[in-house]
Parts: sequence; structure tokens; C-alpha cells
Amino acid sequence: MLLARVTGTLVATQKHPAYAGHRILLVQPVTPELTAKGDAFYAVGHVQAGVGDLVLVAREGGSARIMLDAGETPIHAAVAGIVDMVDLT
Amino acid sequence: MFVGNVIGTVVATTKYETLQGVKLMLVQPLDDEMAPKGDPVVAVDSVGIGVGERAFCVLGKEAAMALDDSFAPVDVAIVGIVDAVTKG
Repeated sequence: MLLARVTGTLVATQKHPAYAGHRILLVQPVTPELTAKGDAFYAVGHVQAGVGDLVLVAREGGSARIMLDAGETPIHAAVAGIVDMVDLT
Repeated sequence: MFVGNVIGTVVATTKYETLQGVKLMLVQPLDDEMAPKGDPVVAVDSVGIGVGERAFCVLGKEAAMALDDSFAPVDVAIVGIVDAVTKG
């Protein structure tokens, strides 16, 4: 899983039925020091994460589909949790 | 998942049987500032998108799951038509 910052939201009226009722978030991966690293991508927001939140993202279809309790759905990335803190000791 | 501009279509008369009847689109991936990034890819369409529209796409094995028959050799699928991406 990745640490990422939610930086935006995507709206698509016309979409695959598997996405009905799901929020689509733009997420920017970050390092443990919380600086942006790598390319931003889109993930389904399962938990109530919003713009500015630090989140855990599963960027792998099997995990994403387990979280969403979905069978054969075309969803490849999903937010798994909202991070309270990262302790680097 | 990523967003890209639909820049064309691809026609292949002879193709794998589970791809019969599937519409193939050329998609130019975009970064989070909506600037082109990387090379165009061929994606299957599951939402009836047209050239000039902005596509929401899924990568990997899950792309095939956008089709009725998911046992298909597909690694990019269009699963939405983007109305807007709001940042910040």
C-alpha cells in the first residue's frame, strides 16, 4: 500500500455501473516525510476521505476489490484508510 | 486509474474472439495538470465514449472486468467520461 495525499476529485456522470455510488479521488503518492513523489493517480474513495487528507491507498486490483466487497469490477485502486500520523523513529 | 484524452479509434477486423464487438479507442494519458504524459495507449470502451472526450481509465487485470466477458486480453479500459476534475 501507498501513503498518499488526496489532491482532488473526479466527476463522471456516465460511468461503468461498478462505480455507481463511489467517489473517485485524485491522490498524490508521498514519501514517509510527506513530500510528493511519483505520479498522481485516481482511486475509489471507500472511506470518507476528502481533499487534503493523508490516506492509505491500495494500488492493486485484488485488494481494491476485496475492500469494496466487489467481484469482477473494473476498479484497480482504492483508499484503504485515513492516516492519523506517521511516526518515523 | 488515470485520465486521458480520446484522440482516435482503432479498427481490427481480425482479433481474439472475446474482443469481438468491442470498441477500441486511442487514449493519450494526462497528468494531474491535464498535460499529456507518456505515449498513447489503446483502450477498450465500456461507456460509449467518442473522440475528443476525456476518458477515465482503469489499468491492469481489472480492465478486462469492464467487459461482459472478462476473460479477454485487455489491460486498459475506459470506465467513465470525465465531466470535471477538481483540485485543491
